Amino acid sequence: MDSFDNFWSIYSNLVLSLGVNALLALSIYLTLSCGMLAMANAAFMGIGAYTSSILTMNYGWPFSAALAAGMVAPVLVALVIGRPTLRLSGVYLAMATLAFGEVVRLTVLRAEGLTGGALGLNGIPQLTQWWHVLLSVVVVLFVLARLRRSRIGRAFEAIKEDETAAGLMGIDVNGHKMLAFALGGAIAGLAGVLNAHLTFFIGPQEFGFDRGVEILTMTILGGINSLFGPVIGAVIITLLPELLRSFKDYRAVANGLILVVIVLFMPKGLWNPAWLRRRVGLRGRKGVTP
Amino acid sequence: MLAQQLFNALSLGCVYALFALGFTLIFGVLGVVNLSQGAVFMLGAYAALTAVTRLGAPLWLAIGFAFAFSGLVGLLIDRIVLKPLRARDAPHLIPMIATIGLGLAMNSLVQGWFGAENQRFPSEVLPQDSLQLAGVSVTVLELGIILVSFALMTVLLLALKKTQLGRALRAIAESPKAARLLGINVDGLFMLTSFVAAGLGGVAGVLIGLYSNALFPLMGQPMLHKGIAVIILGGMGDIRGAMFAGLFLGFAEVLSVTYIGSDMRDAVAFGLLFLVLLVRPKGLFGSVQERKV
Amino acid sequence: MSAPLLELNNVSRHFGGLKVLQDVSFTVRPGTISGLIGPNGAGKTTVFNLITGLLPPTTGDILLDGATLLGRKPHAITRAGVARTFQNIRIFKEMTLLENVIVGMHRHLHYGVPGLLMALPGYRAAERRARDRARELLSWMKLDHKADDLADNLSYGAQRRLEIARALATEPRLLLLDEPVAGMNSTEKSELMREIVAIQGRGYTIFMIEHDMRFVMGLCEEISVLNFGKIIAHGGPEQIRSDPQVIEAYLGREDDEVSVSAGGAA
Repeated sequence: MDSFDNFWSIYSNLVLSLGVNALLALSIYLTLSCGMLAMANAAFMGIGAYTSSILTMNYGWPFSAALAAGMVAPVLVALVIGRPTLRLSGVYLAMATLAFGEVVRLTVLRAEGLTGGALGLNGIPQLTQWWHVLLSVVVVLFVLARLRRSRIGRAFEAIKEDETAAGLMGIDVNGHKMLAFALGGAIAGLAGVLNAHLTFFIGPQEFGFDRGVEILTMTILGGINSLFGPVIGAVIITLLPELLRSFKDYRAVANGLILVVIVLFMPKGLWNPAWLRRRVGLRGRKGVTP
Repeated sequence: MLAQQLFNALSLGCVYALFALGFTLIFGVLGVVNLSQGAVFMLGAYAALTAVTRLGAPLWLAIGFAFAFSGLVGLLIDRIVLKPLRARDAPHLIPMIATIGLGLAMNSLVQGWFGAENQRFPSEVLPQDSLQLAGVSVTVLELGIILVSFALMTVLLLALKKTQLGRALRAIAESPKAARLLGINVDGLFMLTSFVAAGLGGVAGVLIGLYSNALFPLMGQPMLHKGIAVIILGGMGDIRGAMFAGLFLGFAEVLSVTYIGSDMRDAVAFGLLFLVLLVRPKGLFGSVQERKV
Repeated sequence: MSAPLLELNNVSRHFGGLKVLQDVSFTVRPGTISGLIGPNGAGKTTVFNLITGLLPPTTGDILLDGATLLGRKPHAITRAGVARTFQNIRIFKEMTLLENVIVGMHRHLHYGVPGLLMALPGYRAAERRARDRARELLSWMKLDHKADDLADNLSYGAQRRLEIARALATEPRLLLLDEPVAGMNSTEKSELMREIVAIQGRGYTIFMIEHDMRFVMGLCEEISVLNFGKIIAHGGPEQIRSDPQVIEAYLGREDDEVSVSAGGAA
């Protein structure tokens, strides 16, 4: 297994980052599947990262407890800011959550004593094991898949298509939106915890606008028609800087442009089962379409 | 002392109002939340800086250049990205996502080109004198910012209210389809609006660059976030609301720095936003209905 | 005389200075098919929006089985037993017919998170029941053969029938139909007439807004007439047909409407 050990020692960080990004993409997918563009997930990731890191570094908490805390903290925040903001529709919501992300960044900068301010936190214990990441991705995929096949998943889809009609079918629209928002926050927080204890350093610039757009790009690139889409998008966006050196230098530019190109030319993303089925000539459940 | 601060607040508020105006114009007329406005703002500042340092232009000319340059960028964005999306009748979120991507790309390109460090306008270009106005010492710079902003806003408001063009724009804001049926050149006006709105953003960028004497590639981001707060406070698509909310924010920020402390300054906008959203999601002034599809 | 299922008492709705509804009062008796008619712009869909909680009345009260519906959110009103279809069809286009109808059963699927996560028997039984019931409802509307088709692919008339099936899935007591036959040809209309009578036979109460006079007169036992936001007549088909105020409301409008393009809000 020598070659595997070699591979692993070089690429372990990359593979684990891939897992973290997959979690992030899935977290935004969850809110998008309910019709909401909530640009707060990078901030939730940061909240999870900082909460858990402070607990392990300064208070010696065991990893599992810090992990739990790193997931609960974003949920609490989501519940608080969700109430006024989830009432907003579409663009208002997106903007309000963007603004919220900025608030988190400012808070982190201000609370220097706790968070290390602009310099960030250094020396976080590297507690993340490969199986933590794998297990997290598998569990999250499982939970989201089960949700999709249940009345909750159907409710999300109905809300996404037509909120008013969904409400009149007896669906508690605000309640479901809050669920998607908070659960998405928990998943993002989980990603934050795993990431922080992998890279042993975190700083406020990692959880800002750039990160938020990157997560969005991964999800939109992969497509939101199935759970595989966000994962595929995450794989591509994570691996591209490794494969193309020039991409690495202009990473942010490339992410931005990819987002624009996908929106313009392939709005349903890369992984679009219905489109693929039609191409391959299979008659899917979507019926006959001219 | 207070009067000094008020003047300070006024000039800051004017810039906020100017930026918000561009933003609101695009939303009102094109129906799109254009989140690349922050990058356009930044481009205006850098364009003016380049005009001054490389082309030796005087400041007033550089401002004009910034308006034109940013306006052109805004126009290109509309033609290349927003127009195809309009043709597809894409849901509102889609163009917004595209502008997010554009904003990021532009920010990063400028960072790659100019570097991430702060730049400043050369001191020879900046007016250094102060005037005595009603017993208050006011820098020529502040006065200039206020005058330029007011001039632009007045022209805009008058154009919207009194001219045929303004009426056409307001008709489009109500319903592009109906406006087209009335024979209004909707597409042409979309181009004009994109140009002017981006131009206003660019000028706001120059003015902030002068006011704070610092230019950096990400300077558009905090502005964008505050712009969002201003728009929601003022009511989306409401021109006068955007202006008043911008001025209001300027005052709120400066007064909070004086009485609370400077670290909370950037958070003021969001504190206000959060409070307002809790109570009145339509904003302080707005009663804007989203356009029914 | 059985107690009314639905009661509107002096309901008014103003938008700023515009009085859309003024002092509207009527009742709907359980097990009946009733109708609300009136010229375009009279305020009919607003009545539906008020009943289903999308808008609050400015004054007045709306009672379902004696209990007020005011202040309740739309989803709570649906859960109380009121379901509706829409004038401008609001089916879920990206879902199949079956899925559309199953969404309507949302509140009747009693399983919790553990159930759905681990595919427990309770969850599976509930989902199976839902599918069976959905097929049944689709068969009432003669749509079961298209159950797995995408809702977007349906013809206009079929989409309207799908909306009815979906509304029935919420297990309402009162079914509100907003222009159920708009855009249908006469064969489809007769077919729908039969289906609605069958639905009534199963114990549902039906209250509809419609423009097609023959349809309304043929189905409804009680009809209220709305004109300029006010109820001007109430009674059985014969009464309404010969009511001079009603005739004037429609005829008077007819002349004005000749020069105006079609399509106003009801």
